[in-house]
Amino acid sequence: MTKNIVLTGVGGQGTVLASKLIAAAAMAKGLEVKSAETIGMAQRGGSVFSHLRIGDSVDCPMIAYGEADIILGFEPGETVRMLPYLKKDGFVVVSDRAVTPVTASLTGGNYDSKAMLEYLSNKVDNIKIIDTDKALNDLGSAKVLNVLLLGAAVRSGELGITPDEMVETIRNKVPSKLMELNLKAFDYTSEAGRQ
Amino acid sequence: MHKEFLMGNEAIALGALAAGVNLVAGYPGTPSTEVLETIARRKTGNTYVEWSVNEKQAMEVAAGASYAGARTMVTMKQVGLNVASDPLMSLEYIGVKGGMVVLVADDPGPISSQTEQDTRTFAMFSKLPCFDPSTAEEAYRMVRDAFALSEALKSPVFLRPTTRVCHGYASIEVSDESEYKENKPEGFVKDSKRWVIFPKLSYKAHIDIEERNEKLADIFSNYELNKISLAGKGMPENIGIAASGISAAYVSEAMKKTGAVKFFKVSTPHPFPDRLARDFLTGVDKVLVCEELDPYVERELIRVCGKYGLKTKIVGKLTRDMAVSGENTRDSVLEAVNRLLGREADASAIRSIDDAPVLPVRPPVLCAGCPHRASFYAVKQAMKGRKTIFCGDIGCYTLGNAMPLDMVDTCLCMGAGLGIAQGVWRTEPDTSCFAFVGDSTFFASAIPGVVNAIYNQARMTLIVLDNSTTAMTGHQPHPGTGETMMGEVVEKVDIEAVLRGVGVKTVATCDPLDLTNAIDTVKKVEAEPGVKAIIFRSPCIAKFKPDKKDEIDKDKCIGCKKCINEIGCPAISLSDGKAVIDETLCNGCGLCESICPVAAIGRCK
Repeated sequence: MTKNIVLTGVGGQGTVLASKLIAAAAMAKGLEVKSAETIGMAQRGGSVFSHLRIGDSVDCPMIAYGEADIILGFEPGETVRMLPYLKKDGFVVVSDRAVTPVTASLTGGNYDSKAMLEYLSNKVDNIKIIDTDKALNDLGSAKVLNVLLLGAAVRSGELGITPDEMVETIRNKVPSKLMELNLKAFDYTSEAGRQ
Repeated sequence: MHKEFLMGNEAIALGALAAGVNLVAGYPGTPSTEVLETIARRKTGNTYVEWSVNEKQAMEVAAGASYAGARTMVTMKQVGLNVASDPLMSLEYIGVKGGMVVLVADDPGPISSQTEQDTRTFAMFSKLPCFDPSTAEEAYRMVRDAFALSEALKSPVFLRPTTRVCHGYASIEVSDESEYKENKPEGFVKDSKRWVIFPKLSYKAHIDIEERNEKLADIFSNYELNKISLAGKGMPENIGIAASGISAAYVSEAMKKTGAVKFFKVSTPHPFPDRLARDFLTGVDKVLVCEELDPYVERELIRVCGKYGLKTKIVGKLTRDMAVSGENTRDSVLEAVNRLLGREADASAIRSIDDAPVLPVRPPVLCAGCPHRASFYAVKQAMKGRKTIFCGDIGCYTLGNAMPLDMVDTCLCMGAGLGIAQGVWRTEPDTSCFAFVGDSTFFASAIPGVVNAIYNQARMTLIVLDNSTTAMTGHQPHPGTGETMMGEVVEKVDIEAVLRGVGVKTVATCDPLDLTNAIDTVKKVEAEPGVKAIIFRSPCIAKFKPDKKDEIDKDKCIGCKKCINEIGCPAISLSDGKAVIDETLCNGCGLCESICPVAAIGRCK
């Protein structure tokens, strides 16, 4: 049984840490993990992704089109870009907050994230859109978008990792002074998830 | 043995430590950098590790240690090999004593590089043996094999992973520290017939190398990781696929979907395992070659066909059946395999995004708060209306080319901006010629350019963008930072003193974030005759974050967009006709404050 996970966003948003946490939680269960991520120039505000593959019968860390069980989208436009990777009944959890590239600001074309989210909702049946501004405001920190999305992804059940297992991993991996904030961010979507 | 979740580069590092590496030297460069960093972090016992000032230095330091019997590794990216090629070409003729592995990471795409050059081809050119891993696990194993081979042959040996292997992670079985091999160097033994290169020695060495490589090709035909696998049940037996590197892993994945055909995985591109290749080609009418960068395996298979009189048709890059440039992907390889089999790929399960709203273009940009933005802006303002050329260089500051700064007119290779500025000035003496160079690049390759300009009486302005780190590759120390990879704090090499020492009379140092002063300094220094320099000194924002951020007073903002149109900071965008600062991105450099015509921007905690 293989789980294929795509994380996508803009350089600097924290996709790498989220990817590391999923990998660590899967490995703690004794599962084989392979992953690949963007390192280098693109980290300076470019499009970035992580591919994560959990399971025994995996030859390489890259995911092919139509194979991803889940996409964790840190940014609406970047999530659209990765959509060809999603399998037919795959799940998408996406932040609704756009990161406007300098190129768009310069040309006056603030790009339309609402259109992106609408497009995603039309194309994907199984989707959860996170009201990021509200969430981060409630949490009092803008730096925990990654763990917030991770919480929603874990609660979907699509990762094959339970909330308790992920909390344990966060406790092991996140520096103690940021622990409480990260655990709060991880739990943030739990009530919403139950509704 | 135990299992760890490791990046390919970390696996290579642990492989080297397990092989008892005594000395590791390198220069940072994506995608190779993490190898040396991991060795520094995980080393035990007496392993010495250094960031050398450039790849040539690293190669020579490692060669010297190897002459004295140490096991050594030297690390770099593919374009770094160009810098190190002078010592390496000769070193192959001289040979080594302690095992020496030359780790060169190639970058198909290219994702973070100037060229799509192929170190396999360099291996053929320089005559070195070369290992080419397709996974992180293989890379770990190949380090051990490469050290053993190097010592047996007394030749440096290439290990050449590519980006997806370097930066891919896997859980890998690795040696415990207690299992690490211990290598006690014998020391340098004087022998001028062995260690001093002369034409006569080179003639003899050339014969030996060619004979050795012929034998080695045969040995590699038995190497476990050069593999032929046979066609699956019901699959055609007269076609085959050959692949190397990550493409071999893509082919394995593709054949899980299409069914398997006869498959040749090449793990030692040089010297090419001819005998095994002949076994693979025999009985096969057509072979598809999947590889990145050069059509290396493709050319070798064509050669093997000629050598043994085989009639197999070889297709790949040379026949345009595969893309000649850029990365292969799981999907491009699957498509090619389907084409080979004469099948249509089933794309029904894949969502097309052809009908999506226009996706944002995201070229990489200077970070919010990056001091380079202020430096470029200061020079731009100071030289407004003048005939200028801004010669850039390799580093984060190459991104100064983006609109709206548009401050990089040329970029070629490490340190080239100085020479290009001089050449332009010789041809167009009425142009004010600037060369921009980062602090790490200054030490790596700019100093000879300054000496050349001084000696030959050029007129130019050198701008050193000193952010006290090697930023683009992930913040490595360098001679100007006063830290070494052995954890020592040493005296900093002073850029200003170096410049004065080689004869630059006017050297000004200033903070680019003090915009008014920075602009004045550029105007004043540029007006001086001859070669002059400005050092813009302000630390990299990713390393030293100020505790303040900027915010825009909505009531004061008149929506003129000057802050957006002048400096292109990724933290500033327009919302409902007014500029807004994304607090998650802002680093509080204050440059936008200096630019706002109505003082609507201020700093908050």
